[in-house]
Amino acid sequence: MEVVDHSHWSPLLGRLWWDAMPQEPIVLATFVVVALGGAALVAGLTYFKLWGYLWKEWFTSVDHKKIGIMYMVLGLVMFLRGFADAVMMRIQQAIAFGGNEGYLNAHHYDQIFTAHGVIMIFFVAMPFVTGLMNYIVPLQIGARDVSFPFLNNFSFWMTTAGAVLVMASLFIGEFAQTGWLAYPPLSNLAYSPWVGVDYYIWALQIAGVGTLLSGVNLIATIVKMRAPGMTMMRMPIFTWTALCTNILIVAAFPVLTAVMTMLTVDRYLGFNFFTNDFGGSPMMYVNLIWIWGHPEVYILILPLFGVFSEVTSTFSGKRLFGYSSMVYATLCITILSYLVWLHHFFTMGSGASVNSFFGITTMVISIPTGAKLFNWLFTMYRGRIRFELPMMWTVAFMLTFTVGGMTGVLLAVPPADFVLHNSLFLIAHFHNVIIGGVLFGIFAAINYWWPKAFGFKLNQFWGKVSFWLWVPGFWVAFMPLYILGLMGVTRRMRTFDDPSLQIFFVIAGIGAAMIAGGIAAMLVQFAVSVWKREELKDESGDPWNGRTLEWATSSPPPEYNFAFTPVVHDIDAWDDMKRCGVTRPTAGFRSIHMPKGTGTGLILAGLSTVLGFAMIWYIWWLAAVSFLGVIGYAIFHTFNYKRDYHIPVETVEATEAERTRQLAAVGA
Amino acid sequence: MTATAEMTKNLTQPELQAAFYDLDEHDHPEGGSTMLGFWMYLMSDCLIFAMLFAAYGVLGGSFAAGPGPKDLFDLKLIALNTAMLLFSSITYGFAMLAMEKDNRGGTQLWLLVTALFGAAFLFIELYEFSHLIHEGATPMRSGFLTAFFSLVGTHGLHVTFGLIWLFTLVVQIGKKGLIPANKRRLMCLSLFWHFLDVIWIGVFTFVYLMGML
Repeated sequence: MEVVDHSHWSPLLGRLWWDAMPQEPIVLATFVVVALGGAALVAGLTYFKLWGYLWKEWFTSVDHKKIGIMYMVLGLVMFLRGFADAVMMRIQQAIAFGGNEGYLNAHHYDQIFTAHGVIMIFFVAMPFVTGLMNYIVPLQIGARDVSFPFLNNFSFWMTTAGAVLVMASLFIGEFAQTGWLAYPPLSNLAYSPWVGVDYYIWALQIAGVGTLLSGVNLIATIVKMRAPGMTMMRMPIFTWTALCTNILIVAAFPVLTAVMTMLTVDRYLGFNFFTNDFGGSPMMYVNLIWIWGHPEVYILILPLFGVFSEVTSTFSGKRLFGYSSMVYATLCITILSYLVWLHHFFTMGSGASVNSFFGITTMVISIPTGAKLFNWLFTMYRGRIRFELPMMWTVAFMLTFTVGGMTGVLLAVPPADFVLHNSLFLIAHFHNVIIGGVLFGIFAAINYWWPKAFGFKLNQFWGKVSFWLWVPGFWVAFMPLYILGLMGVTRRMRTFDDPSLQIFFVIAGIGAAMIAGGIAAMLVQFAVSVWKREELKDESGDPWNGRTLEWATSSPPPEYNFAFTPVVHDIDAWDDMKRCGVTRPTAGFRSIHMPKGTGTGLILAGLSTVLGFAMIWYIWWLAAVSFLGVIGYAIFHTFNYKRDYHIPVETVEATEAERTRQLAAVGA
Repeated sequence: MTATAEMTKNLTQPELQAAFYDLDEHDHPEGGSTMLGFWMYLMSDCLIFAMLFAAYGVLGGSFAAGPGPKDLFDLKLIALNTAMLLFSSITYGFAMLAMEKDNRGGTQLWLLVTALFGAAFLFIELYEFSHLIHEGATPMRSGFLTAFFSLVGTHGLHVTFGLIWLFTLVVQIGKKGLIPANKRRLMCLSLFWHFLDVIWIGVFTFVYLMGML
């Protein structure tokens, strides 16, 4: 492939020039489709006059429930993009044998595997997890909102801003070709001279601000806003795991911010943090990024451990087995997650002692994780198990995740890692735990809490189709990669010489096709459920005979969540209330103090997107203007002291009367 | 039967409702989580500095045949600079004392004195930087200088934003007086300002003093 000259720069547009437009037919075609789709969406929203509604009821809302749903939508959209990347890789690797170059050139293929990793972690798993915590945690602790409602809205839009920049890189310029962690020296200016790595840096920096602030927000919420009587050891397990996850976020994301800033000054100002010459140290980058990166994988999985705990206990009709051991196991994992980062690069050459230490700490983590699995199994033991969709995903998780965990312990043995490092065995391992743990958990959670969020259940038939395509599809797609990895095939390869390997990649491709079917079935499930929502309607607010406080209110919950704050006397507060036969108070309502919506979060994030874009393209004047805009608007916002209002008592009374009617209709 | 069910089995429905719902709830005062939230933000910021200190620890000896600390640092200048920042912390303390006495003018006055010391600190730091760059000791020269400029510069940037925040607060106190929201903001800035002092003590010790030993 010929080297393109991208050295053009003008004061007005920086590096932005015609060569930034899509050049390759595949990208061009995608661009046309996305542009047409986007235009149709905008036209549709305009035609149905939905902009005002979206702006007022959603974009500027500080309601944690709406922000949670917006996070989930963001995660879903980005999931489709990330999966498209995965399919392209699988097709390329299935055909590029024996001199066949496949259909993706190296420049394009390298961007795809980088974008796939970045998107799946930062813009799929993170929004999904944050969205779930946002929606569920305040309800589970009996609160009316989070501690900092405006920051919550701002965090969401900053995450979206990062996603927008990643998506923009598909059509304007290029994305990084470095792999998802952008190791230097490859990510230094000398080897990645154009905009790819800059898109990576600014997307992560801007989204990182949102993640950090939402972490602070949720910790403060859980610590300060629990219902009376809910001591720490009476918190639902999901809330516990959310607390630990957010502690990890606050303690890990600043590291990412710092290391990204160091890479930025290396690239923009010629500093020498990670250069090979002038005393820089590329290995310092690898250490620092994994000091963030390993806690990050627990940030992703812990909340889903919480989901599985809630689901297992609800659908077994029993209190969770070993509540306190579950809490302590979660805390152990939280702490241990900081002591294992070096296992990502045993081959760096730190010597036997250092490698042994990190190998052992890594193996130790499997102990609390194993304790959790036994807790779930013992919860199911002698329970009245209902195999509804959330429970099916949970069982699939237990089987899949355990295998992934065991291959992880195998990789934790340094001598074995010297053989398997950077191979497809590793790829199979982490997909085994991330898909089998995080993604299956998200699906369990969506099926479990959907009726809470929308007032109707999800269609079972299409849910089962999705399940039975997804789970076997996962195994078909990733087992061949274990075998290939054991045979020494390295990751991120675009073409292969040995034709005997092709069959494994073809099988993996078939698995990916099954997963594609699973995703399609899930989308059909959503569509069919919305279409048949009257048949699937749940008015009780408690469709699964739930145990925690989110099921104590209507579905969807009113803006204020609870007309009267519940008082907690035991673990599983709602189950406790049902056992004691408490009825809902139907009189004596008061006006309720709530935070007011604001467009500031969206405006600040919009300006940050412009700032990021300007920095990526070296448009210095625009960067300066948008930076001053961010600072100026943030200061302007602090002059607004009126940020709350009262929901009048009449509104509360009307809402609660409707709830009384609803409950009478279902005979509760 | 659960423990709670056992305990509540003889209660009437209104009594049960009173036991399981807060029927007499009042508005929660605003800003109840602010100090905790801001403290957590500060700790996260502290981690950014921890990374910069760590980077300095790793790269601090990588001179790449360029100048080292003994060739560059002027301890007297740094001592003066440190004094400026420490004085600014004391005067911020006076501002908080004035706030406690609901003395609006006094608070504003001491804030402005604090800003003066803070600005003097920044001025001396910029003077030091320009002097170093003039001598060819630019951040691009070596790993050591990269880590030095980044650590000290990040601290300086924090002081700069602290000053912008401080002036904003002076105006807001002028407009609204010492209302609870403004007192909360003063308290946050106070944490921030003293935090920067603590970081500077670390910089002074690990970078300057230990560099000159």
